[in-house]
Amino acid sequence: MTAVLQANDLTKHFRARRGFFGGERGVVRAVDGISFAIDPGRTLGVVGESGCGKTTTAKLVLGLEEPSGGSILFAGRDLAGLDTAGRRDYRRSVQAVFQDPYASLNPRMRISAIIAEPLVTNETVEPVELKRRVSELLDLVGLPERSADLFPHEFSGGQRQRIAIARALVLSPRLVVLDEPVSALDVSIRAQILNLLRDLQDRLGLSYLFIAHDLAAVAHMSHEIVVMYLGKIVESGQAKTIARDAKHPYTKALFSAALPSHPDERHEEVPLSGEVPSPISPPSGCHFHPRCPHAMARCSREEPQLAEVEGRLVACHLFS
Amino acid sequence: MAGQTLLSLEHLSAHYVSQQGTRVVRAVDDVTISLGAGETLGIVGESGSGKTTLALTMMRLLPPAARIVAGRMMFEGEDLLKKSDEEMRKVRGKRIAMLLQDPMASLNPLFSIGNQVAEPIRVHEGAAPRTAWQRAIQLLKSVRIASPDTRVSQFPHEMSGGMRQRIVGAIGISCEPRLLIADEPTTSLDLTIQAQYLNLLRDLQREHGLALIFITHNLGIVAKMCDQLAVMYAGRVVEQGPVSRIFNAPTHPYTKALLGSIPRMTDGGERLTAIDGQPPDLSNLPAGCAFAPRCPAVTTRCRVEAPPEFVTEPGRSARCWLAEPMALRSSAA
Amino acid sequence: MTVITPPEAAIVTVASAPRPAAFWRLKGFPLIPILILVFIALVAIFADVLAPYDPTIGSLARRFRPPFWQEGGSTAYLLGTDHVGRDVLSRLIYGARVSMVVGITAVLVAGGIGTLLGILSGYLGGWADQVVMRLTDTWLALPALTFAIFLAAIVGPSELNIILILGLVYWTRYARVIRGEVLSLKQREFVRLAIVAGCSSRTIMWRHILPNVINSAVVLATLMLGVVIVTEASLSFLGVGVPPPKPAWGLMMADGKKGLLVGYWWLTVFPGVCIMLMVLSANLLGDWLRVKLDPQLRQL
Repeated sequence: MTAVLQANDLTKHFRARRGFFGGERGVVRAVDGISFAIDPGRTLGVVGESGCGKTTTAKLVLGLEEPSGGSILFAGRDLAGLDTAGRRDYRRSVQAVFQDPYASLNPRMRISAIIAEPLVTNETVEPVELKRRVSELLDLVGLPERSADLFPHEFSGGQRQRIAIARALVLSPRLVVLDEPVSALDVSIRAQILNLLRDLQDRLGLSYLFIAHDLAAVAHMSHEIVVMYLGKIVESGQAKTIARDAKHPYTKALFSAALPSHPDERHEEVPLSGEVPSPISPPSGCHFHPRCPHAMARCSREEPQLAEVEGRLVACHLFS
Repeated sequence: MAGQTLLSLEHLSAHYVSQQGTRVVRAVDDVTISLGAGETLGIVGESGSGKTTLALTMMRLLPPAARIVAGRMMFEGEDLLKKSDEEMRKVRGKRIAMLLQDPMASLNPLFSIGNQVAEPIRVHEGAAPRTAWQRAIQLLKSVRIASPDTRVSQFPHEMSGGMRQRIVGAIGISCEPRLLIADEPTTSLDLTIQAQYLNLLRDLQREHGLALIFITHNLGIVAKMCDQLAVMYAGRVVEQGPVSRIFNAPTHPYTKALLGSIPRMTDGGERLTAIDGQPPDLSNLPAGCAFAPRCPAVTTRCRVEAPPEFVTEPGRSARCWLAEPMALRSSAA
Repeated sequence: MTVITPPEAAIVTVASAPRPAAFWRLKGFPLIPILILVFIALVAIFADVLAPYDPTIGSLARRFRPPFWQEGGSTAYLLGTDHVGRDVLSRLIYGARVSMVVGITAVLVAGGIGTLLGILSGYLGGWADQVVMRLTDTWLALPALTFAIFLAAIVGPSELNIILILGLVYWTRYARVIRGEVLSLKQREFVRLAIVAGCSSRTIMWRHILPNVINSAVVLATLMLGVVIVTEASLSFLGVGVPPPKPAWGLMMADGKKGLLVGYWWLTVFPGVCIMLMVLSANLLGDWLRVKLDPQLRQL
């Protein structure tokens, strides 16, 4: 089965200017040689804290940024080598839902126009057919048909997110990038939307790239997850496997820092000292070594490679 | 640790009245909560629950459009509602402190960290600037900021988000208050930073004998940090009591649904409990129980008559007709 | 001192709000400024019917007649006559036309150019942004009035030229403000989603950016109206505005200023009051619109 999306050694560097007059120049290695694959109908969760590169990864996948190195393969074909028609095809197959439901919809457009926009941009469609498709999608996301004539401000946050999802689906994409899709919503509404996303995945065979800072939500929704730190993947594998028994010290610390869902689950945490270092000058060798409770001499010299450990991939010298 | 009651809100109500006087928003309605010295209380609610208004009411920091229309607010035996503005100013920062949500907005970009941490000390204790400055350095150390001697002269923009949050915490505890109210204190923080910060708050609580109130929508914070829990919906407290009891056996359908809607790390990806409908519109509440339109266990009586709080066990109550059969008395104290 | 307001004192529960008040009764609605502006517009439109005399024809026998309530005045010439015997009231009425036409058209020209360039430079960034920004920098460094005079002297006075000149002088303020808005709009997710959907830059600027900056453009327009009218009046006052004998309020003031020393006050005061009323009304309307339409512009 060909993966819907495959990233090989994907890299994105930004030039950074420091100081008022642009004195010291540096390179921000936002994404530094990562590889992952998303299979049809499956969800890949991306976990990490600020500066880990998950947002940049989303932008690369969506074509909002061009990679500095490595490649993205879509259904087996390299994005870089695609012609205009190929690129357009890619655009239609990969859509997105973003975090802020209040900024995701143009306040001056009607819902029908918002949902239909990707369709009219990429195809010529009869108005009748357009209307039918919009109704179909509103029904799919659980909104009443009369929503089509209304404006965004007449809807609540959760409803707007449904509209954003409907719009993302209008071209029948194969992959939807979900960047913090429920973080801005009330707790009771989050469950509605997460359930909806799951149902849509089952019905339509969608793949998701799911990015969220809520570990439990990611673990709940994802089949596979990757854990990122300063632009690198430190652990990747089945979500259940990693959630139950993380191997990489950073993953351990992350899952341990996650809030319990029940007072009985209060646990002793793996204390993690210090702050996330600046992505402009990451530590040598393994980027995590200054904060790692198990750091060895080797860790500051040599960057660990991803290797298979108990059914998942870990990049850590403890296991080599 | 627990013992005498530190704070007791009794049937507290605060309403917003529109300019023309035509619309009344019952932001806080008949709230009765009590907290003992050194205890931790979590006030949980979503948007429109009234929890932020409640926090502002406790500090008497409501905007002019809001009025406290009923109730008492007993703090260390005094009714705070009876105090003048001048007296209240002596309370704020010194006996009750509040940490606001956005650390960047809480710090003045033009003043040094030391200046801002020392300010409550200068104001409330009349300390000389030099003394206050030294105290500020000590405070920075106690909130685990590395190299406090250098940091104290720096400015907010030179600090990371986690550090700023801790500085705000330092300002909060600078005058050794008895009660610290934290309004969504970890919203913008990364997971590991959040964990550090919450652990810090807990350590500070133990060292100083602080009572803590967390105002949050995040039940995880409550699960980790709190002894007591009060769940708010549409301005009213719908359930309150010890945290483990409520997590294990919630009475109110809203609490049940809320607990069921949180994804668990190891839940095998089952369907989450979703609550139908939308959060309530406080200016247009239905007659009867505010949760009735969305309640899976609604009865005819719920739609018509708003339930009072029923005490189901000592120290635990629920505002729901379903709790009536279990009630010890017909209404809460 | 108790802070509890007993429920009866607070105006308590109306379950549903009554029908909303008519919009002109809304607090802060600038009723009088709008009435004034509408009045001036109507006067301008119906000048032919309203003006008792031809504003360009005067009779030297009837020069310097004072307004009718003063000694020497008559009801035949309600507000008096000027130095060549033309009826002041008729000239005021026709002057309204000039002010309105020049004012509104110039604002539209300035707004059109400014909004277009603001959107292009804000959204496209890069060299387009650099060019437009350096252009506005240079433009703004020149004092508006002097620049206008300079241009008028070059191209020669005519109503059309004045409109174009005013438009060219004032577009920069638009461009700057609109560009700022576009920069923040660009970051909003719906723009990014439009890119993800495959829309071209042109489509995005037309469908997503423009409709969301129109509000600010309208507010700016009302605020600029006052400025433009004053500039036009200044140009006329200095003799490089709308050419005589076409009546313009500024021109009337210029002509009449010599008469001030001899006590012929009505030649300057009436046109001055007209200018003041129009500019004040436009400003008040603009202020109200600014707060009403776009909270982000409150800092302006």
